[in-house]
Amino acid sequence: MNIKENIKTLVIKKRLKLDCGKTINNFPLAYETYGSLNKNKDNAILVFHALTGDQFVTGINPVTKKDGWWSYAVGPNKSIDTNKYFVICANVIGGCMGSFGPSHKNPDTNKIYGTDFPVITINDMVNAQVNLLDHFDIKKLFSIVGGSMGGMQVLQFISNFPDKASTVVPIACTSSHSAQNIAFNELGRQAIASDHNWSDGKYLSNNTLPDKGLSVARMAAHITYLSKKGLQEKFGRKLQERDALKFGFDADFQIESYLRYQGSVFVDRFDANSYLYITRAMDYFDLVKQFDGNLSNAFKKTKAKFFVISFTSDWLYPTQENKDIVIALNAIGADVGFVEIKSDKGHDSFLLDVPDFLKTLKNFLDKSYSER
Amino acid sequence: MKTEYKIIVDLIEENTRVLDVGCDDGTLMESLKKNKNIDARGIEISKDKVQTCVSKGLTVIEGNAELDLKQFPNDSFDYVVLGQTLQAFVNPEIVIKELLRVGKKAIITIPNFGHWKVRINLLIKGTMPITESLPNDWYNTPNIHMCTIKDFVKFSKIINFKIFKSLALTNKNISNINNSNLFYKNLFAELGIFLIEK
Repeated sequence: MNIKENIKTLVIKKRLKLDCGKTINNFPLAYETYGSLNKNKDNAILVFHALTGDQFVTGINPVTKKDGWWSYAVGPNKSIDTNKYFVICANVIGGCMGSFGPSHKNPDTNKIYGTDFPVITINDMVNAQVNLLDHFDIKKLFSIVGGSMGGMQVLQFISNFPDKASTVVPIACTSSHSAQNIAFNELGRQAIASDHNWSDGKYLSNNTLPDKGLSVARMAAHITYLSKKGLQEKFGRKLQERDALKFGFDADFQIESYLRYQGSVFVDRFDANSYLYITRAMDYFDLVKQFDGNLSNAFKKTKAKFFVISFTSDWLYPTQENKDIVIALNAIGADVGFVEIKSDKGHDSFLLDVPDFLKTLKNFLDKSYSER
Repeated sequence: MKTEYKIIVDLIEENTRVLDVGCDDGTLMESLKKNKNIDARGIEISKDKVQTCVSKGLTVIEGNAELDLKQFPNDSFDYVVLGQTLQAFVNPEIVIKELLRVGKKAIITIPNFGHWKVRINLLIKGTMPITESLPNDWYNTPNIHMCTIKDFVKFSKIINFKIFKSLALTNKNISNINNSNLFYKNLFAELGIFLIEK
């Protein structure tokens, strides 16, 4: 893909020891920026993307030609106002939008990594991304913000680098991936692995793609991002371009057609092995265990101001799991605000046009920035 | 700003840590921050009000005092403020004990059910009292445990906490409550304001 050659990439020269024990160096980290860094270099916000996101937060994604994944929240005068802030976002390592990932060639063997790529963790992701601060000569970020897996990276980042951000906004996330979260991710991975074309992860060398498997993985995951009420209101039992049931297995219902469509467009932009690696990283995320069962200890060294946001209809990362983060912070007297936003849009609420959420995020950032 | 808030601000020492339980739109917290350099935190049950507080740059968590005070360690605040909501809790005793666990001191204000207007309402009309400070009907009031200033003083002996300072608010005038004037204050004050300790 020639388009991908224009992606901004930082080659990380520092050696990075991964949690799996392997060490990587000279690896690419693809990133994008929006807005401009001020003179004092104190207006930078590092945004972390979720499972299937990338560095193209807003505007038109040059690869997919679609709106960036957080176009509702990031842009001029929006919640994360690019007239005011310098927004940086990197593609996570393990990803497929230019950063070091399983679709890259292993320089030692000159073969595509596939499943020979080292298993990476959320910790590895943020340890790679912190290099962006040196690159831009930023001592301290004004804020770190992210939803879902982006929120997990936010928590890990502030735990690893307690002095590197003034404000911290984890959204619709968790400090420890639950059994249910792992179960859904495993369903996705098994769907990919069951696709004959996956060929134990060597599909790129074989010039095939496990489209079917990846698409089923996306369909299953997509259901978990929505709420029952949201689905019922949008689709109900409405039929897809037909007046009656056809007594077959075509997409009779609109919801079936919708999911099939979501699956089919996903395979055009996402790599199946990346899906395996990133979901694995999420499953391995357990900040509570990293700190011997006491989440408060993850935040003991930071003086940052936290603001935790959850959504009423999010059953994938429910309010209670977000509140556990708040409780851990209050237990050590940290500066933490929390709000649960009312929305029928499920886990995806943070990506969508949910005015209360967008307003609250903007208010928190702008007020904190003016009082800094 | 409400006279009640001004009195509370006066009761609080500068440069301390304060938790405002049921902080509403954050008016008191703002004043504490501005006038007394207070590190103020709030808990508020209404989503809209939490969002208002956030827009004012206040640190507030959405939550319910009966469930969410638990997460704060012992003595994590110099003062915990509970404004006119004690009567709305299922178990006021547990709430007071929690306030005094989390805070070294607590400031509690109560709408006085012993006020003469309340008494006349019930005595003459024979219906549940509706006044300026108690505007709801019996069937839609959040207040399930109304008490008088006298009741609160008695309660301090029953569940064993010290009343360090007790003030009465009558027609925007503030006065001290003591043993000798308790009868009158209980009849004429709209609001009782108490600074309490363990």
